[in-house]
This record gives sequence, C-alpha cells and structure tokens, in this order.
Amino acid sequence: MVGKIPKIAVYKFASCDGCQLSIVDLEDELLEINQKFEIAYFMEVTRAAKRGPYDVGLVEGSISTPHAIELIKSIRKDCKTLVAIGACATAGGIQALRNWANVEEFSKYVYAKPEYIQTLEKSSPISEYVQVDFELRGCPVNKYQLLEVLSAFLAGRKPNIPTYSLCIECKRKGNVCVTVAKSVPCLGPVVQAGCGALCPAYSRGCYGCFGPMESPNVKSLASKFIELGMDKKDVILNFRGFTGWSKEFREVDVLIEG
Amino acid sequence: MLSQQKLYFALDAEAFGNFIDVLKDLGYTVYGPAEKDGAIVFEILDSIKQMPRGLYDEQSPGRYRLTKKDNQRYFGYVVGPQSPKYVLYSPQHLLFKVRKDGRTFIPQPDGKKIAIIGLRPCDLKAIEILDNVLLKGPYKSNAYEAIRKDALFIAVNCVEPGNNCFCTSMNTGPFAQSGYDISITELLMNGSHVFILETMTNKGTEIVSRLKCRNATEEELNVVSKLMEDAKNKIRKKLDVENLKDDLYRNIEHPNWNEINNKCLACGNCTLVCPTCFCSSVFDSSSLSMDVAERWRVWDSCFSIDYSYIHGGSIRQSIMSRYRHWLMHKLATWVDQFGTFGCVGCGRCITWCPVGIDIVEEASKVRD
Repeated sequence: MVGKIPKIAVYKFASCDGCQLSIVDLEDELLEINQKFEIAYFMEVTRAAKRGPYDVGLVEGSISTPHAIELIKSIRKDCKTLVAIGACATAGGIQALRNWANVEEFSKYVYAKPEYIQTLEKSSPISEYVQVDFELRGCPVNKYQLLEVLSAFLAGRKPNIPTYSLCIECKRKGNVCVTVAKSVPCLGPVVQAGCGALCPAYSRGCYGCFGPMESPNVKSLASKFIELGMDKKDVILNFRGFTGWSKEFREVDVLIEG
Repeated sequence: MLSQQKLYFALDAEAFGNFIDVLKDLGYTVYGPAEKDGAIVFEILDSIKQMPRGLYDEQSPGRYRLTKKDNQRYFGYVVGPQSPKYVLYSPQHLLFKVRKDGRTFIPQPDGKKIAIIGLRPCDLKAIEILDNVLLKGPYKSNAYEAIRKDALFIAVNCVEPGNNCFCTSMNTGPFAQSGYDISITELLMNGSHVFILETMTNKGTEIVSRLKCRNATEEELNVVSKLMEDAKNKIRKKLDVENLKDDLYRNIEHPNWNEINNKCLACGNCTLVCPTCFCSSVFDSSSLSMDVAERWRVWDSCFSIDYSYIHGGSIRQSIMSRYRHWLMHKLATWVDQFGTFGCVGCGRCITWCPVGIDIVEEASKVRD
C-alpha cells in the first residue's frame, strides 16, 4: 500500500447496524482511520459515496433476499479484500432462527401484503455466496479486534485474532467459572474468544455471540447442560442464539439425540 | 512429625488481625485469599477484614461450591481457581514497545515487594517447579524474576484437604516441607482460635518477631501433630506414581486415549488453573499509524490448535492428541525435561474442568 491510500467500503445486509456502529464507536481512532484509509462508501456515516473498485470491503449482515445475492456478488467484484464482520455476516445472525421455521407463515403475520415480500428460505452468512477473505466474529464485533484487522491490513500481516475458546480469555481475566462454581450453563468452552469474556465477568453464561471456536465439542457441552438439569429443548435453544446457524452449532439437536 | 529443632510460635486470632499491617509496614504489597463470585481467589489485601471466614470449598470433578460453616476459621477452604502463577507470572505482560523514530520502551519492574498469604503446600512445590523453568532454564523470564526474588511466602498447612486433592501421591503436602518463609497451622480447639507459626527463613523470623506471638504450648503442638496425621489419612484420591512415566510412555498408543475425544472440550481451563503450566505465546502488534509496535507475552494453552502450529499446519489436530500431550507432559515428559513431575496434586484441573475430566482417572485408564 506504499504511496497509496487504500479505499474502504462498508456495506450492510440483514442486520441491526451494530457492527457498523462499532466502527463509528472507535472514537479515539476514527480520525486516524480517516487519514489512513479513504472512506469511499459508508452509508451509515455519509451519503457521499465514491465509485469502486475498493481495496477493502467490510460487510455487515446476512444474505436473506434474492436481491442481496446479486448485490453481494457485485460487491465481491468491487472489493479486492472482503471482510465479513459480525455474527450475521459470518453465521447468519439471530434472524437465522427462521431457518428452522416456515418463512411464508411468518410473512403472513407480519406483512399486510405478504405477496410483495421476496425473501429466501434461509438467512445465510456471506461466505455461503461469495469467497470471503476474513471473517471477524461477534455480535457486535469487538471494535479493538476490528482495529486490529485494519492495522494488519495496512501492515500486510495476518491479524492477531485468536480462534481458541472463550475460557482462555476468561481465565486470563481472572473470572470465576460460572459453570463450575454456580452451575450456570455457559457456551464459553465451545465459543471463540474475542469479546473479553464480558458475560461471565457479570456471572452470566456466554451466549455464543462469537460463534464456534476452532474445535468445538458441542456434544460434550450439550451433555453437560443436560446434566445440569436443562431440558433438551432448552439446550438446543441455548446453542441456537446469535450464531446458531454456524455449521458447528446447527446440528446440536442431532448430536443430542445421536 | 514436628521437628524438634524448630521453634513454634502461637498467635491468637485477635493478634493475627495485625499480620497484614505488619507486612504493609515493611513495604509489602500483600496478596491473600478473598471471596469473589463464589470462589476464593488471590486479591491485594489492605486489611484482614477482606479475608474469608468460615468459608469452605466443596470440590468434585467439574464442581466447586463455597459453603458457610458456623465458625470463624480463616483457612477452611483448600485451593481456588487461581494458582500463585496468577500473581507471579501475570496472564498478559508487555515485553516492549518500539517506535519508528527508534525510541524503545521496555517496561521496568515496578520494584514492589510482594507477600502472598495462604499458599498451600502444593502451591509451594508448584512455585519451585516454575522457578526451575522460568529462572533456571534456558529462557529466563525477567518479569518473573523481578517479582519472585523478594517475594515473601506465607504458607498454610492443610488440615482439611479437599476431595480432589492428591498431594500425598505427589509428595507435596498436606503439610509444607520447604519453599516458605512462614508456615501457619490454624487451630480451633476448646473454644480457642490459635495460629501455630513456624519460620524457614530469616525474613520470616524477622516478621514473626514483630507479631504478638508466644511460644506454642506442648498441648498445641500435640494437636498439630495429630492434625498432620489426620490430614494425610483424609486424602482419598491416589495416583500411583511408581513406574508412572514408563507406563505412560509404553502406552502412548493405548486405545483408551481415544475415549477422551468424546468428553474433552479442548477449552484449556485445566492448563490455565494448573499452577505449573507455564506456556505463553508471544505476539506482536502494530498500530494503525504504523509507527508503534508492541510485543506481548500472554498465557497460552497446549489445547489450542495454534499452539502446535508449524510450517504447513498444526501437529495436534485431534482433541485426544492435545489432551494426551498435556497429560503426558505433566506426568512423564516433564520428568525427562525438568527432573520432577509437572503435577503437584492440587486437583485444580479436576475441579475446574467444565465436564469434570479427572487426570488421576485418565492416567490410570491408559496404564495396562
């Protein structure tokens, strides 16, 4: 990137905008980001948009409509490096709960004229439709991890984004394990680190916003939840939160029964 | 048995309250037990009031509960999730910071002297093992050395060992043999609450001389002797260490290893609560401005895939291979590497494994 300021584009699909806001939330670093990158397309922040191609594209949200499929394909063509950010873009998001239900049925209740609604049967991560260069997890993403990805891009190095379990981060922080000390079901052992173990620090179990860690043993943890007195149904719901449609968590029901 | 050559002092519970003040007056930052979120952890203590009283820990594989008993015992619990390495070898440490203009910043030790109250005999042995690795090995840790060299250790003998303790098998407890400055045995008898103190170093003797101690009575020492014997007998968990290393080496392909794949989460909790697991990772980071770079050391775990990453990929892909690597290191390869076991029998890895995997059981499953 010597001598040239890389152009950055930020896109949104089905999502809550929280990950885009995490960029804006980098208050102390925002001016510097603006110096190091040319913010060429970022509708959440400015209507002024410059044409592509872009050096980096950050994509928030899941693909849930036929129109979105076309759009993400053209975005892929416009961006040299494409980074999916957040639980929606990397796992389908909370809206992927509908992947286990009948969407038409929902549409009838929600919309006065459901026949105008064009939607896909499934809410899917970006990688389902196009090649993604890096996936940054979280609901929302951790803004410092986002900064790390941008810094790594500028330096031409691999980002330091660990893929091990949340427990490692949790123990480093000095938290007391909520499962062992309080029998609180916590997804931490099968979830990727990155949030800084926020929930366990407040004596709550992990909700799995950062999705599956590198080698999640879903079946063993699900058995532990059952041992703690949880219904099978609740165990399944527990895994099917923000990242329930991730490959590893998706089949927790089969794993429990099997 | 108690040593005939040693002097034993007695400190009444009221006078014990002064202990932390004496240490603070001597310039120590005092770490000691405190209750946090349902467990006993090490915290910086300003006053004796922060220490738990009448709290006991019930431990079993994958389970820990603090319970309150109707007495004023300070050291009724055994060991919590944090080992002394949390204080002596911090989970994250900035090694240096460099700037593009050539200025380099290397954090210097802050020079504070620390005292740790409430170290169990197994923890003392663990510190000795860490010293071996971090001070005497080829890769010395300056940060560890800085905090370790003036550290004062106040040990507490275990009169009521926990369910997951197996220190008698590892020959590390339940009473402290070495590695402490002052050792404490807490006595609750006939309505009196007394601490029997004994010192190992001049530093320890100097501190004890500042406390309002008297000589321990013969009756008190008899009780201590009895408690020692009782404590040993209370430890039911046993690991047969005879030929353990050779047995494990011989059984490296034992079919039972594979069973662990069904249970182990590869979450790394066992390694982080282990008082001797010293593995760290070092990573560099650059700032967005590209003019500052930092190098950090952070606790790592052999249960992560990246841990065994070499050119082309990770060596230990299966969870089983990672668990086997860890257990083998604790109980076999450590012996060849450092001359002792890497396990002190504190039982933390058993208690704090979310699914309750028991190293003692697993080791016996793969011995033919």
